Amino acid sequence: MVLKEVSAVMDPGKCNLIIGASGSGKTVLMKCIVGLMPPSEGEVIYNDRNYITMSLEERKAIRKEIGMLFQGSALFDSQTVEQNVIFPLDMFTTDKYSVKRDRVKEVLDRVKLSEDAYKKFPSEISGGMQKRVALARAIVLNPKYLFCDEPNSGLDPKTSIVIDKLIKEITEEYKTTTIMNTHDMNSVMEIGDHIVYMHNGEKEWEGTNKEIIYSDNEKLNEFIFASNFLQDAKNMRMIQETGEIPNDVHSDVRDALEDKFNTDMDGDGTIGTK
Amino acid sequence: MKILKEFGQYIKMFRGMFRMPENKAMYWKQFMLQCNDIGIGSLGIICIISVFIGAVSTVQTAYQLVSPIIPKTTIAQIVRDTVILEFAPTLSCIVLAGVVGSKIASELGNMRVSEQIDALEIMGINTKAYLILPKILAGVLTIPLLIILAMVLGIWGGRLAGSAAGIIDPSIYDNGLLMGFSGYNVFFALTKSFVFAFIITSVPSFYGYHVKGGALEIGHSSTRAVVVSCVLLLLADYILSALLL
Repeated sequence: MVLKEVSAVMDPGKCNLIIGASGSGKTVLMKCIVGLMPPSEGEVIYNDRNYITMSLEERKAIRKEIGMLFQGSALFDSQTVEQNVIFPLDMFTTDKYSVKRDRVKEVLDRVKLSEDAYKKFPSEISGGMQKRVALARAIVLNPKYLFCDEPNSGLDPKTSIVIDKLIKEITEEYKTTTIMNTHDMNSVMEIGDHIVYMHNGEKEWEGTNKEIIYSDNEKLNEFIFASNFLQDAKNMRMIQETGEIPNDVHSDVRDALEDKFNTDMDGDGTIGTK
Repeated sequence: MKILKEFGQYIKMFRGMFRMPENKAMYWKQFMLQCNDIGIGSLGIICIISVFIGAVSTVQTAYQLVSPIIPKTTIAQIVRDTVILEFAPTLSCIVLAGVVGSKIASELGNMRVSEQIDALEIMGINTKAYLILPKILAGVLTIPLLIILAMVLGIWGGRLAGSAAGIIDPSIYDNGLLMGFSGYNVFFALTKSFVFAFIITSVPSFYGYHVKGGALEIGHSSTRAVVVSCVLLLLADYILSALLL
């Protein structure tokens, strides 16, 4: 059994993040929620509708309300960018081609993809562009729920931030309930409205990105402060609030912080580098 | 045990296949695409092997019929019947199991591994009906047509080789073709081709659709699909021959 006693309510119209280390059960949880992997027991409720017990037709109807951005983009590799995005419209709408083409242009513009890329195949565009195309395909039918499985995986930090911001903007503009899997703490701090931390298949912590830094949950702290940057950020905030440097900060960092604040914070009679 | 499990999964695959399509036009488009891939895509190889099979049959039959009391028209009769009964349906389908089978298994396997099938599922599309059913229907429609073509080209190849090698005069060959012709043989060959077409398309679809892992597993499933298809073809060939002849 991968997941045990996981219970969480996702905030509607917000960016809900499921975080955790690799193998913690994030992807399995997401697959259970979207119906790709039915749970052996338990419930998945969409607006008072239990996904597990509903009929096939009801499930199909729910799935039309779901858009998903996969870790590897999952674009149809024998179709061009434009064909990939128009596919859900072809399948589920009876609009004229011109209407569908306008809608495709609208969403591709929204994810800031230039028209030069429209006729290219997924293998001919970069990983970041593939993610943007996948995001455009996920939102082309105006979904109520947007699922993103590690959207920053394999992207450089700058492109990751671009994708994060796009997801946040789209969540606000389209009023979707976004559920995103990630282990990228930049994403957590940047876009996470509501965060669920998974550890060994269990929900270990739940809260906002304002609360996560100050959490006293040991496992969560171990996970989030694996990033030196975040540890330093936390220390800086503590120093600003208390005027004291925490004991576990490396001596070089302590000296650098004393230089910055021009204060003998550790009481050794010197400021900064000795 | 593993064989039984696979067989159970194979049968289960068909259960979810026959449901109302989400969009008939898209399914029709997919069916036509598969007809083009399987039918037109295999035309070249079928033409080449059929002509050569017919040619080799004529030369080898003539080589074995050395008695002066056996009329030369017998060569044409033997070539006609062997091509129609066995060579055109069975040999062509074994080649198609390699060509079409590996393509289907690797295409679906790649879609599975790269989460394209999951993406279709999320959209609310019945992936078995959208990806597998058109392949099976296209195979069952186009492969028998290819077999008919293979029969014609095989017999024509025999005529060509017989004439070119000076073994049999074309007019004698034509006369031989009309002697003792049984329409049932064509019916039998077409029955075989429908069964073979179903095997060639459904078995690789099963292996491709259920791939787990990465590129290496796609290769394994593709090889396994071709091997299992070929064994099932030979088994079905024997069973049909025993039942219908």
